[in-house]
Amino acid sequence: MTRFANPNRFLRWSGRLLPWLAAATILLFGVGLYLALIASPPDYQQGESVRIMYVHVPAAWMALFCYVAMAGAAAVGLIWRHPLADIVAKASAPIGAAFTLLALVTGALWGKPMWGTWWVWDARLTSVLVLFFLYLGYIALNSAFDDPGRGARASAILALVGLVNVPIIKFSVDWWYTLHQPASVIRAGGPAIHPSMLWPLLLMAAAFTCYYLWVLAVRVRGEIVAHKIRALRLRQAYG
Amino acid sequence: MLSATLAVVRRDLRLAFRQGSDSLGAVMFFVLAVVLFPFGVGPGPDILARIAPGVIWVAALLAAMLSLERLFQTDYDDGSLELLVLSPLPLSVVVVAKVAAHWLTTGLPLLLAAPVLAVLLGLPAEGFALLLAALALGTPSLSLVGAVGAALVLGARRGGVLMSLLVLPLYVPVLIFGVAAVDAAVSGMAVRPHLLLLAGFLAAALALAPWAAAAALRQAVA
Repeated sequence: MTRFANPNRFLRWSGRLLPWLAAATILLFGVGLYLALIASPPDYQQGESVRIMYVHVPAAWMALFCYVAMAGAAAVGLIWRHPLADIVAKASAPIGAAFTLLALVTGALWGKPMWGTWWVWDARLTSVLVLFFLYLGYIALNSAFDDPGRGARASAILALVGLVNVPIIKFSVDWWYTLHQPASVIRAGGPAIHPSMLWPLLLMAAAFTCYYLWVLAVRVRGEIVAHKIRALRLRQAYG
Repeated sequence: MLSATLAVVRRDLRLAFRQGSDSLGAVMFFVLAVVLFPFGVGPGPDILARIAPGVIWVAALLAAMLSLERLFQTDYDDGSLELLVLSPLPLSVVVVAKVAAHWLTTGLPLLLAAPVLAVLLGLPAEGFALLLAALALGTPSLSLVGAVGAALVLGARRGGVLMSLLVLPLYVPVLIFGVAAVDAAVSGMAVRPHLLLLAGFLAAALALAPWAAAAALRQAVA
């Protein structure tokens, strides 16, 4: 882990990795979207609207994954004062917020034809909305201080406090048995989805993950360069 | 340790009483915010009775949030926060003491004002005891969770607006179960599960929030 703490080493490695991540993302999205939107069968109950699921479910998974990654990086930054971890946490937040918004919007688009309403105050929907606000609070707190190190530490504590919401989201469909359907892929007794629908879903999930890693690498590299420019400016100013 | 803790509580209470206006301001806000609703939704008694628990809870939540700013801000400004951090008393215990004083000066007055507002909104009689019980269990959680937000925004630009963004999402569970308890009492359903969930939230907040707030305070004065 500490081998990659050095920002210069990270810049070197990620520069080499970047084209591969980009290629993997584009390839997986190409194949995944073809299978999801064209090759997979329509659902016997939901018809063609089931195809929204191929975007909605991976986006919701990534919304949680990004939050856990962000909170983990924030904890590493808080405990070991690992400079790269602070940057990874900061760079993950807008991506995770975007995934959360995508999950909420696609869920609303799916809910209108299926449930007959854009939005219900169901436990799953409400807890994901809280997740979205936690992301926004994290981003706002991170940029609210003149000293970026102070912002990173304050928002890291917020990210760790917000972690209590993650199990609530995961288990909300089991604790409060309301409108949102319970888990059907990762569950005891194997997936409840037919392979013709499961494969496109898993490919889309892989595509979303690669997209996250790609954008994260780009953002972290940009952030490191911004830090260097800031340090240079400060050195110039204090001569 | 107990006497030192009580000394912090006594100091904060004395400061609150001598400045006076702060805790009165939170209660005034609470009353005014609730009184606005009959104008907003019309004075029909059945609508008002139906929304009374929710309106009282939301107003109590906003009033508790508005009063959070003075929890640490004045101590941060005049430097006494640094002395509290340096004192031999564990910082999380200092947080508990300050939260206790904060609840006594804002949560308790809200609790006393709530029955009057419930009468104004025509809450059915079955709901009164439960409204007080739910507020008594819920408002300490609001103060505890709010302490984390108040500690995090110390020294931030636009701290007040930022704090509402941090604290309000975390207040959602208290609001949901607080209102659900009163609604259940009015409609004659079981209230015990909601009260137990509120009590569980309070227990979790009491264990975790002082710790998180202490970590935030420590890096605010570092």
